[in-house]
Amino acid sequence: MEQHKLFKGKRARTPRGEVVVEVSGVRKRFDGGTQALDGVTLQVMAGEFFSLLGPSGCGKTTLLRILAGFENPDEGVVRINGQDMRSVPPYRRPLNLVFQNYALFPHMNVYDNIAFGLRMKRLPASEIGSRISWVLDLVDIAGLEKRRPDELSGGQKQRVALARALVNEPDVLLLDEPLGALDYKLRKQLQVELMNLQEELGLTFIYVTHDQEEALVMSDRLAVMRHGKIEQLDFPEAVYERPTTRFVAQFLGASNLIPAAALDESRTTTPLGDLAVKEALAPGRRYTLSIRPEKLRLHRTRPPRANVVPVRVDDIIYTGAENQYLLDAGPLELIAYTLNADIQEPGFEEFDYDENVFAELPPENLVAIDG
Amino acid sequence: MGSRGDWKKLLPTALPGAAWLVAFMLLPSLFVFYASFLQRGANGWISGPLTLSNYLRFLGLDGESFDPLYLKILWRSLLLGGVTTAVVVLLGYPFAFFIALSKRKNLLLLLVVLPFWTNFLIRVYAWIVIFQRRGVLNAFLASVGFNPLHLYPSWTAVYVATVYTYLPFLILPLYASVEKIDWTLLEAAYDLGAGRLRGFFHAILPQTIAGLVSGVMLVFIPAVGTFVISDLLGAGKTVLIGNVIQQQFGSSRDWAFGSAAAFVLMAVVLLGLWIYARWAGEKGLEDLL
Repeated sequence: MEQHKLFKGKRARTPRGEVVVEVSGVRKRFDGGTQALDGVTLQVMAGEFFSLLGPSGCGKTTLLRILAGFENPDEGVVRINGQDMRSVPPYRRPLNLVFQNYALFPHMNVYDNIAFGLRMKRLPASEIGSRISWVLDLVDIAGLEKRRPDELSGGQKQRVALARALVNEPDVLLLDEPLGALDYKLRKQLQVELMNLQEELGLTFIYVTHDQEEALVMSDRLAVMRHGKIEQLDFPEAVYERPTTRFVAQFLGASNLIPAAALDESRTTTPLGDLAVKEALAPGRRYTLSIRPEKLRLHRTRPPRANVVPVRVDDIIYTGAENQYLLDAGPLELIAYTLNADIQEPGFEEFDYDENVFAELPPENLVAIDG
Repeated sequence: MGSRGDWKKLLPTALPGAAWLVAFMLLPSLFVFYASFLQRGANGWISGPLTLSNYLRFLGLDGESFDPLYLKILWRSLLLGGVTTAVVVLLGYPFAFFIALSKRKNLLLLLVVLPFWTNFLIRVYAWIVIFQRRGVLNAFLASVGFNPLHLYPSWTAVYVATVYTYLPFLILPLYASVEKIDWTLLEAAYDLGAGRLRGFFHAILPQTIAGLVSGVMLVFIPAVGTFVISDLLGAGKTVLIGNVIQQQFGSSRDWAFGSAAAFVLMAVVLLGLWIYARWAGEKGLEDLL
């Protein structure tokens, strides 16, 4: 994809890999008494696609609004490019926000909406014109300039909102659940476009979403938030494969959670019997073992390996690409996904209701979570 | 209401209102328009032949020399309407926001509507009680050591009472607009580099234009035609176009001239509103009207 000249100079200002946004110890309590943010610290690097993920009410939108300057933190500091933002109003911050419901000006056409930020900066009309024709091509909405927002489809509005922010060449683009209102197919398509765009421009994105799949697909790094705190901040693979809290294990995808106590450094006792793990445990300590349903293997005959639990098939859910088995393991219910690939090999077999089978929980796939 | 089918479905609902308007608005207006080209008849009625003399008289062109008596009165009325509207907008615009953002919305709205529970004439008489020589205002001024003011009868009293009377007619439609404001548009404007002032003009004002326009019309049109307020608070010394028309149909019994005056007033007001609507349209606000 072609690199655009407008953003090339930009990238030099905040070189890739340097800290652009720094949030340290930010707390925010609203009038009603809700603690929206309870000590949030994070750093976002230049050129990074960074996501804030969490259920509604977790504080992710409040954090975004603090970055944009619409709210002030009660405590803590926000720095952008090293500059303390405490007394900097929203209209002087080097970032732009793509609003959740687009917030396009209904009385202006597409062109005037996009030109708004440039006009506020009093750029000459010729420069405004060239920047807009660049951004119209970039987000693929050339030809819609004269339309009013109410004459646009949801996807088109989304593109206009994106163009209106991008045309200002911000150092950081904030996106507040920008794809939330769109249908599934369009959302998938725009996810890819947004990722390509972000890579092409080398721009820093801070992306708020409650959609865990979206966050996994799009982010370079992501922070999972709950109750105003960051539960885990890491690469998508790490957050999915090695959740550090029970909440993260359950919020991102599904997890089998098994209470356990460490017998020694690599063995635990659980309601399902003794299970081995590939982690260094503190003997005597309580843990929760987490294993993803797709990592759990089902067998008709007991395999000669560790961590095998006899189970009975309670229910089978057909989802197209995979079969989901609800398993009765005695004191616990387990869930296992197998690929619907029509291959008669171990791991791909299909099972029947009430069949007694063996579930294998490979030690390397068991994650030990404290508590 | 795009297709013809919709139109037919709407006909039964529109019919009673339309019939009412034709019977009591359109037909009488046509009659008044016709009457404005007739002359005063023998017993104070109207009679032919058709003539332009009523209009010439209003324009001051019927005598030996140009006499702008009625044009001056018309100008005074337009000035009263214009100044009243301007003052009402200055007072009412911020107040509509104050109500909409207040936690005691309903109480404040009640206070705005409360005067309507009292008869209009009584409220105007109340201003006499306030403004007259030994009235409430002068008693107050005397108690704090000021000289009394001679505000009754006066233009000042007429202006104050007109603003007072029409203020709610601006606040109510404007409040309806302000309450629906999408405040994220203001945040969007800030985000795109607008300061407070430009944020207001680009993101908030356009959202209130519909309410402002209807409020301005509801104030300006009746304020230009008012005659009761000037009658009572001007004690006959402050003559407005409304007083002229009222006199022609009342004591002077010259319905033909009264009709002509009424039509000139209507034409001027409609012209003003047309220019106003054009201006608003040019601002790209036509579909908000």
